[in-house]
Amino acid sequence: MTGIVQLAASGPSPLWYATRAGGTVALLLLTATVALGIAVGGRYEPRRGARFEIGALHRNLSVLTLVFLALHIVTAIADTFVNLGWLVAVVPFAASYRTFWLGLGTVAFDLMLAVAATSAVRLRLGQRRWKAVHWLGYAAWPVALFHAAGTGTDTRLSVQLALYAGCVAVVVAAVWWRLYRAGPGRLAARLWAGVAAAVVPVVLAMFLNWGPTQSGWAQRADGTGSASATSAASTFDNGRSVA
Amino acid sequence: MAVIGVSGHSLRIDRIECGGHGVCAELLPELIELDEWGYPILRDTHVTAELLGHARRAVAACPVLAMRLDRVVRQKSGRT
Ligand code: SF4
Repeated sequence: MTGIVQLAASGPSPLWYATRAGGTVALLLLTATVALGIAVGGRYEPRRGARFEIGALHRNLSVLTLVFLALHIVTAIADTFVNLGWLVAVVPFAASYRTFWLGLGTVAFDLMLAVAATSAVRLRLGQRRWKAVHWLGYAAWPVALFHAAGTGTDTRLSVQLALYAGCVAVVVAAVWWRLYRAGPGRLAARLWAGVAAAVVPVVLAMFLNWGPTQSGWAQRADGTGSASATSAASTFDNGRSVA
Repeated sequence: MAVIGVSGHSLRIDRIECGGHGVCAELLPELIELDEWGYPILRDTHVTAELLGHARRAVAACPVLAMRLDRVVRQKSGRT
């Protein structure tokens, strides 16, 4: 608690809190969107309600994800706590602050934009071309997850770790359910999906254990970070570790 | 049934693409029912003006885009 009070006094603006909250909510929404998308693909039949509602919810939550992502990105850039240019929103690995980990977020955002744009013109694009791009949604999720774990100021909080674990559990369960429902065709694709679903949680756990949950991650994560961003981040993390 | 010279819309389902998601029958029960395996049966390909909005919604909601709504400019008979 003292840490949080110190923090509030020592600098981070409301924008910084909005960024973190927006990012976390966006991750939860993305997770729900992915899980619902998998449910549509697997012809999930809800016991109550209709099947078209699953598809509608998938679409609506995807839009909501983008809304919270916009909040997350705009507040991160507008905030002066770290120096980020507007280009960072769409050009990956262009930031000086935690270049790689922030870049992952940009990659995920670009992938989601591609998925959203093609979905908006899906009827004109045709099923095949639309689907080819829509698969990128599956890539966006783990990339976003590692962006959250690597960049997230809150990664060390046990509540945040529990949220990540919940997100992973939901998507892995959805993938396995989908594989269970799948027909005999496309063996290679099913093997890949099964392996990926098993590997992501393991790699994430190993990464968290190696990096973000250890002290000194702020410095290590920065890589080529500018001095001001590094010192700001480390003050911040010191405050956080007291909390 | 024959409507000559009146433009309208006709609905088609691509049986090869259709994955039996059944969403169409939920959104357009007036024209589509499901067989015992959950695949759609089209009662009528002709889409009346009142049903056009629902038909569009069903076409857009099909997870594999297996339905098509075509404009029929000059219709010789009620069915195409
Ligand atoms: S919604 Fe599409 S895939 Fe599902 S039954 Fe109707 S036409 Fe087939």
